This record gives sequence, C-alpha cells and structure tokens, in this order.
Amino acid sequence: MLLPFFEWCETLWLGQFVVGSPWLFPVIESVHLLALALIGGAIFLVDFRLLGLGLKDREVSELARDARPWMIAGLIAMILTGIPLFLSEPIKCYYSTAFWIKMTTLPIALVFAFTVRTRVTRAEPVGNTARRQKLVGALSIALWFTVAAAGRWIGFS
Amino acid sequence: MSLLAYCEWLAATQGSIALHESMYMYPIVESSHVLALMLFVGFAAILDLRLLGLILKRVPVSQVADRLLPWTIAGFVVMVITGVLLFYAIPVRSYQSIFFRAKVIFLVLAGLNVWFFHTRVFTRIAEWDHDVITPKAARRAGLASLILWGAIIVAGRMIAYNWFDCDIQPQSAFVNWAAGCVVPPPLP
Repeated sequence: MLLPFFEWCETLWLGQFVVGSPWLFPVIESVHLLALALIGGAIFLVDFRLLGLGLKDREVSELARDARPWMIAGLIAMILTGIPLFLSEPIKCYYSTAFWIKMTTLPIALVFAFTVRTRVTRAEPVGNTARRQKLVGALSIALWFTVAAAGRWIGFS
Repeated sequence: MSLLAYCEWLAATQGSIALHESMYMYPIVESSHVLALMLFVGFAAILDLRLLGLILKRVPVSQVADRLLPWTIAGFVVMVITGVLLFYAIPVRSYQSIFFRAKVIFLVLAGLNVWFFHTRVFTRIAEWDHDVITPKAARRAGLASLILWGAIIVAGRMIAYNWFDCDIQPQSAFVNWAAGCVVPPPLP
C-alpha cells in the first residue's frame, strides 16, 4: 500500500542529487553519526542520572535543562541528515525490516522524550518516586539503542 | 614477519574467516561498536563541552570528570573490543585502508591529548574547578578532543568505502604509498 509513496520518494530531486555523487552519501552519513554521538551524550547524561548513575549529586532537572538544547540540536541534525539518506534509497528501505523497526521505534522514542521523560525530569524530587525515574531512564536508553541499532542494520540489508 | 604478512596470516585463521562470513555476528559486533560510540563519544563530548564552558556551567569540572569517567572508560573498553574484532574479521583490507591508517593516527593523537590533559591540565583543577570559562590549556584540550573524536568517527565510517582500495588500480602514487599497496610493476 505504501510502495507507491516510496516510489514517489525515489523520484524526488534531493535523493537523486545524493545518488548522483559518489561521496555525498558517505559525507551525510558521517554527519548523521557525529550527531548520534552528540545525542548519545545529551540523552544518556540525563537517563543515567534517572537511574541513579553518573552525575548523581546533581538534580535531575538541572541536568535535563542543560542537556536539552544539545539533545534538540542533535535530533534536528539527525533528521536533517536522515531525510536525504532515506531519499537516496527509498525502495531498499521499503524492503528492509530494520528500516521499519527504526520507523516504529523512532516516533515512540521522540514522543516519549518530549512527554513522559520531560515531565519526569522537570518534576520536583518529592513528586517523583525513584522507581518511576529508573523506569523512565531505562526505557529511554532501551528505545534510543533500538533506534540506533536498527538504523545501523539498514546498511546490512 | 612484516605487518602485512601478519595480517595475511590473521585473515587465514578460522576465527577471522568465521566472523567475516557470519550472517549475524559481524553485524552484531558492528552495531555494538556504534552503540558504544553513543556512550563513549557522547560522554567524552559532554566533558569537552564543559571544558569549553558550553554545558553544565554550574557543575564543577572535577565532578563532571569523576562521575562520567567510569562510564566513558566502560564505553571505550567496548569500543576497543568490538573494534579489534572488526579488524580481525577483515585484517588485510583494513591494514591497507588509508582511512583505517588515518583513524589509527587520530587515535594516537587523541590518546596523547588525554595524557596531556590528565598529567598537565587536570592536576591543577583545584584552581579553576568552578570556573565557567576554564584556562586556555583546558579549553584547547577540550576542543582538540572534540575534533579528534569527530575525525575518528568519520575516518572509521569511511573504512567501509573502497574508493582507495589496493585492488582497485590505478591509484595515485600517494594513495599506494599511504595505503602500503603492493603494486606489481607494469608489464613490459
């Protein structure tokens, strides 16, 4: 059902532009990876704290506030580089299980990051049980690891 | 035995062949390398950004370093183990890859930067622990670290591309020299 959409994606100028150059895909892919490292740092800094690890002597809310601009910058860079990577090979992606795993877990991870996780990191320590914090931190790490591993796996198919 | 001969011997071992030809082990090792990168480079970058006064401004530098270092080291250990396995799976081609060689050089430089930071800069941390803007030497070390680990990521990713492989000739004299290609003399 979605195949015509992916076929249409393949006709778009941006994807063709990437395909037309031997080094554009690797360069965009490299920026995608650099941004992955950045969001790894910005997201796990807070997730580790939620688990009671890392910078445990600071308030969760302080770390989350400081890390947020870097997380958002990293996510924007990921999306801006991810789109041309996808448009350069939409049909391959359509038939890739890893791609569909990524496209399922990525929206979940994003919604989770900007709803539940944001609420928990902003709440006063009193209104937050350690158990809930740990659950949110562990879920966030698991979600982003799944997105990253599935993303890497698209290249193996 | 030359390094090339050693890599050729390594490539002929059963473990290397098994890993190279495996359907799932190689991708699993490669993905683990990327996941560990999120943790290792991610946390290293947090400390670098703190040294540059761009994040966690109210947190003492020593606190950022002490609390994150165990996890940074853990991430690095996974990076090294998976990285060695990736090399073990494809020894000759990696050894003769200009990107792999560039990565090794950047890794040595990054190591020197860590050594310099911990022996020359971090030893006087008490004087500037709470400063938002750290001393010039600390800022330099942070910037050098960001640039070097970024270059290591890019070089590492590029190893996968075969533009400059020794078995794709002709290559420029520079590439053949830098990659250590054994090029047969042209036929008379």
